[in-house]
Amino acid sequence: MRGWMGKFRSLFLFGALTMLLTGCGIENISALKPKGYGSELLFDLMLISIAIMIFVFVIVMAIYAFVLLRYREKKGQEHIVPKQTEGNKALEVIWTVIPIILLLVLAIPTVQATFDLADQSTQGDEGVLTVDVTGNQYWWQFDYADQEISTSQEIYIPTNERVYLNMKASDVIHSFWVPAIAGKMDTIPGENMNTMYLEAYEEGVYEGFCAELCGPSHSLMYFKVIAVSPEEFDQWVEDMQNIDPEATPETQTAQTGQELFNNNCMSCHAIGGASAGVGPNLGNFANREKIAGILQPSKENLVDWIVHPDEIKPGNQMPAELVSEEDAAKIADYLLELDHSDVGNDLEMQSVEE
Amino acid sequence: MSTAVAQKRGLGAVIWDYLTTVDHKKIAHLYLVSGGLFFLIGGLEAMIIRIQLMKPDNDFISAGLYNEMITMHGTTMIFLAAMPLIFAIMNAVVPLQIGARDVAFPFLNSLGFWLFLFGGLLLNVSWFTGGAPDAGWTNYAPLSTTSPGHGVDYYVMGLQISGAGTLIGGINFLVTIVNMRAPGMTYMRMPLFTWSVFVTSTLILFAFPALTVGLFLMMFDRMFGSAFFDVGLGGNAIIWEHLFWIFGHPEVYILILPLFGAFSDIFSTFSKKRLFGYSAMVFATVLIGFLGFMVWAHHMFTVGMGPIANSIFAVATMAIAVPTGIKIFNWLFTMWGGQIRMTAAMLWSIAFIPSFTIGGMTGVMLAAAAADFQYHDTYFVVGHFHYVIVGGVAFGLFASLHYWWPKMFGKVLNEKLGKLAFWPFFIGFHLTFFIQHFLGLMGMPRRYWVFLEGQGLATGNLISTIGAFLMAIGTIIFLINIVYTAVKEKKADADPWEHGRTLEWAIPSPPPHYNFVQTPLVRGLDPLWVEKMDGKEGMTPAEPLGDIHMPNASILPFTISLGTFIAGFGFIYQVDDPIWLIAVFAGMGLTLGSMLTRSLKDDLGHHIHKEELEEDIKKGVGK
Repeated sequence: MRGWMGKFRSLFLFGALTMLLTGCGIENISALKPKGYGSELLFDLMLISIAIMIFVFVIVMAIYAFVLLRYREKKGQEHIVPKQTEGNKALEVIWTVIPIILLLVLAIPTVQATFDLADQSTQGDEGVLTVDVTGNQYWWQFDYADQEISTSQEIYIPTNERVYLNMKASDVIHSFWVPAIAGKMDTIPGENMNTMYLEAYEEGVYEGFCAELCGPSHSLMYFKVIAVSPEEFDQWVEDMQNIDPEATPETQTAQTGQELFNNNCMSCHAIGGASAGVGPNLGNFANREKIAGILQPSKENLVDWIVHPDEIKPGNQMPAELVSEEDAAKIADYLLELDHSDVGNDLEMQSVEE
Repeated sequence: MSTAVAQKRGLGAVIWDYLTTVDHKKIAHLYLVSGGLFFLIGGLEAMIIRIQLMKPDNDFISAGLYNEMITMHGTTMIFLAAMPLIFAIMNAVVPLQIGARDVAFPFLNSLGFWLFLFGGLLLNVSWFTGGAPDAGWTNYAPLSTTSPGHGVDYYVMGLQISGAGTLIGGINFLVTIVNMRAPGMTYMRMPLFTWSVFVTSTLILFAFPALTVGLFLMMFDRMFGSAFFDVGLGGNAIIWEHLFWIFGHPEVYILILPLFGAFSDIFSTFSKKRLFGYSAMVFATVLIGFLGFMVWAHHMFTVGMGPIANSIFAVATMAIAVPTGIKIFNWLFTMWGGQIRMTAAMLWSIAFIPSFTIGGMTGVMLAAAAADFQYHDTYFVVGHFHYVIVGGVAFGLFASLHYWWPKMFGKVLNEKLGKLAFWPFFIGFHLTFFIQHFLGLMGMPRRYWVFLEGQGLATGNLISTIGAFLMAIGTIIFLINIVYTAVKEKKADADPWEHGRTLEWAIPSPPPHYNFVQTPLVRGLDPLWVEKMDGKEGMTPAEPLGDIHMPNASILPFTISLGTFIAGFGFIYQVDDPIWLIAVFAGMGLTLGSMLTRSLKDDLGHHIHKEELEEDIKKGVGK
């Protein structure tokens, strides 16, 4: 299917449309700048549907404009009684049959794409990665079961490979959306597990969103998809597997911070392999692009977040003022030392000045 | 009885008159005033949303309040503004169009209104009692079942009560149209507005029970400890989505179909031509209504129903484009060859065609199940449904109000002000919502309290907010027009548009209490036009002048509804303290007591005698 849809793009109308639409939005965020298998497939489907719709719209507007210009009542002709036409069989058949044909033209690629994106034929095969995704108020957990590693807020995937996601939610319904690489799928609490796949064509950091209303901080539930080359991905897995939660940090304050963290935070959070559940796994915290998905990674922001999480993400589960600001600073020192992998450090999200 | 006469009787008497009235024309006024009020509240909520989204990282309102705002905006606009305003037009017009003296069940008509009003009031009381519902107008479980406070309880009780009113109204109009048509008014001679109300009423009859069931389950989960939607106890959260959308999708057609009918009448009148392809239009209306029940799961493509279900619902949804397209072309060809007179009502109708076509086209795009993985729950969807609901329903309501205002209030709305209100609203509408399609695909999910700097969304959102202000200006001018017209304009004739084709234009504006002195004889489609073409002044009567039997006014619909309102509070707060059960029993006692009174006490109505009618005819009512 990709073949013939790809060919369509070379047609003039499609070319113009593609140019127009891809001007919208920012690299690695916008669905109109596709950088993965799913998003490109869907972009092509959008182009077909938009082209058909523009065709119909032009016809409707042509008749509309003609009628409005030609048949206005003119001064002095108010008494004229126009012919009371009942209808016209031929015309009515035409505007019934042509739309049906147009819709069939759209329906076929739609069904193809729908089945294509639901394909799970290679899941479980040797070397095919599956990641368990859990949506939580208001953060994302990613468990690599086969690799026995666990992370949160940032999902690392190898480029040009299909990565399956088994998706669930722990509390309310969320929706996992990475517009630049793939579409979205809901994560649902309970028995319903959904599966989708990601395939990124290029290395990069891609923006991810929660797309289903999940509470006050719904709009702050960002995550990142970090696509790296397969070799780098293997390196990352190894780095992650080697994280030692007991490792002693370098500085004195960080050591105190570790102790404070273990006493206050470990009941919810985890460092290293274990999947935490209540709170995010912070094993590679210092490698994160953002703190809590939204803040720039600085010590000041981190202390702020630890002491007043409710002010930054309203309604979230982390207790406020659990530790004092001095203690939070020490914990921050510890967390910002949790830098276990260089993979992906050279990649950055594009940001524009507005 | 015109408002002018009523005013002479003092304010108290007027209020009592409206509290007890069972006259469809006065109930139309009640629906219009309360629906209009809720429309302004919903509009205010929309403005607050747009101000919050004016710039990145804005903190005009808090995240929690924002969720309350979007929830109440959606719920208010759909259930408390669009629905009652449509009911206002239905009440004002349908009995007149079919040549009836009232609806089939005038008492139930009044009950339907008061239930709606008290349900709507109950819902809005939540603003003052610790927080409005905040789980979105779709109220998905488990977000709704676990939402703290009583906001969602208000949603459940408010919608249950007003939903009962709507269901009663729907059944009433179904029976009215089946039974109360004047002699000669066969189904295929009914004006298209009446036809669409007929189909809409059928949709209400079948769609609202799904909502009722869903709300009851939600009520039990939240108030009585059941676990229908609680996955922890073996429930299933997705069932709510199905129940909601089995109601929710037909609801979209419940909203739009009556306006399709109104547009058909308006295009026909102001083109001075009969509707092109009348039978195809009827068929298309029925088909849209039928297909409307087959497509609910297209709201759930990302829920994980699998490719087979997704494909079936995708293709079924696309199929709706065919009858809708038939309608668009029939409207265009109704105007083709006609004498188009550009009144304010016609202006709104003309504007509807391109606006709604865009909404329909994005609807087909959304129907492409796979592509919906990108569109779903983004501003693309927000753009789409506002194009349908504002470009279709709101434009339709403005057009209908201009068109039937003389029939409802006896005066033609000022045309100049009407057109002045149109332009800012129309331009503002496209500014607000067109850009949202792009915002969605650029990465702006729906229901986002803030978007961040550097996401490339700032310019589009600013444009959208500016557009919203223009729409507000248009609305304000329309309100000014209402006041101006009431004060300055002169009384309208029976047929103020001169080219009226249907029965309502054969009787005075506003019509007398009993509508028709003598039931008219219908001799074809567009009955008044048929008589005009035969050179006659008005309709030929189908009966000799005689006594007219009319229903009595009653306060019972009001007390029945008031009882449910009181009991609603009881149900909500008995969770905190069983003392509130008193309110449940008191409220239900009032409701059931009133119903018992109605059942036991004979109310045979009254007669308007022939002599009084002859007096009225002398004063110029008759023809």
